[in-house]
Amino acid sequence: MEPDFPNGPVIQFRDVVYTLPNGQPLLHGLNLKVERGETLILLGRSGSGKTTTLKLINRLLTPSAGEVRVKGANTQASDVIRLRRSIGYVIQDAGLFPHFTVERNIGLVPRIEGWQEERIHARVEELLQMVGLDSQMASRYPHQLSGGQRQRVGVARALAADPAILLMDEPFGALDAITRDQLQREFLLLQRRLNKTVVFVTHDLHEALLLGSRIALMEAGRLVTVLSPQDFLRSSDPIAAAYVRAFGEGLGSVANRGTS
Amino acid sequence: MNVFHFLLQNHEEVLELTLEHLWLVGVSTLFAVVIGIPLGILSAHWPVWNKPVLGTANIIQTIPSLALFGFLLPVPWIGARADRLAILALTLYALLPVIRNTYTGIREVDPSVMEAGRGMGMTGWQLLLQVELPLASSVILSGVRVAVVVSVGLATIAAAIGAGGLGEFIFRGLAMVNNQLIFAGAIPAAALALTADFGLGWLERRLQPR
Repeated sequence: MEPDFPNGPVIQFRDVVYTLPNGQPLLHGLNLKVERGETLILLGRSGSGKTTTLKLINRLLTPSAGEVRVKGANTQASDVIRLRRSIGYVIQDAGLFPHFTVERNIGLVPRIEGWQEERIHARVEELLQMVGLDSQMASRYPHQLSGGQRQRVGVARALAADPAILLMDEPFGALDAITRDQLQREFLLLQRRLNKTVVFVTHDLHEALLLGSRIALMEAGRLVTVLSPQDFLRSSDPIAAAYVRAFGEGLGSVANRGTS
Repeated sequence: MNVFHFLLQNHEEVLELTLEHLWLVGVSTLFAVVIGIPLGILSAHWPVWNKPVLGTANIIQTIPSLALFGFLLPVPWIGARADRLAILALTLYALLPVIRNTYTGIREVDPSVMEAGRGMGMTGWQLLLQVELPLASSVILSGVRVAVVVSVGLATIAAAIGAGGLGEFIFRGLAMVNNQLIFAGAIPAAALALTADFGLGWLERRLQPR
């Protein structure tokens, strides 16, 4: 939507500190750059600060110190509503509106952006096809869908206004193994086509190796290291090595299947 | 002469008092909804308001109804006419269930749904009107239903201050030690309460999400 942004990182964290109102620190001086068109994985255990990091990008949280820049602009100087509408957001259980049909869920951002009805309708059709759903699904309600279908709708909704950035918070975390595997593969194909800048939160190393162009490993509110999937497997960093050990042997075979 | 005979023979007065009764309940419920829903939203969104708002509504609820009518009697414009007085008192009683259910209904909206909405760039008003209120509507309506049923009963007492309604029969019956007259007021009042309960309950189920 905004192609006029000059070269440079699409998202940049500069010495970002985030502290809860009760004084508990969640992030200690984060520095991180996300380049255009890459899929950056935020990998870490629960409480490591990965979801906090994600929410700082679309300003669901605001930094206690430091700054977050999106397309070169400090998020705190930007209009928060405009900022969020320019960033797709997918969460674990999809967060679909239970009282909206699939069509209204997907068309949400276009509608609040004031698109014409016909244009929204056409866009919804296009998106349903893109995420592999039958157009008959448009009139269903979320509770009439399977978990995998709901998550597909969640992805379609995030893509609706064609944002350059996509934030995904454990989007496939609640799915069964087979559905998850299928959605991960489709995500790779979709990402190859769309070339969004994606920040993807997961605690699953297998998913991180499969989907990521780079993996940012977080632990206790700090960024440990940022590595490519191949380097991650060979890393001598004790935390990274512990991850690799925990996920067992044979992971090398799936590493980086997605990036070429 | 049994009660039904009486009701039939005096159908004009029965109808008139029933309409008066409906007027008292209807207007006070309307006021309670118009005031109570915003107060419920206020206390759901800003926790500082929660205690004063719900606390005040709770205290009002504990005041005996006859005493409340007495308290309001000296209030200038209100005390001048019995129906104003009755409507104000009924409104005050109806506030608690409306406020409490609005508060509960909004607080019960799935936080992940709200966060998705916020994350996609919906404004506070859009979230309120398109997400929170629709999802809370059946809970809010069940509060309105409680308010209406309670008001139908309470409104009979309004006859004690001359505000009319089906309480007229009841108080007349009490004064004359005439059970038929008491029933002539009580039966239509009970029928009103049951009808309102049933009708609003049906609407509530229709509004239930999923």
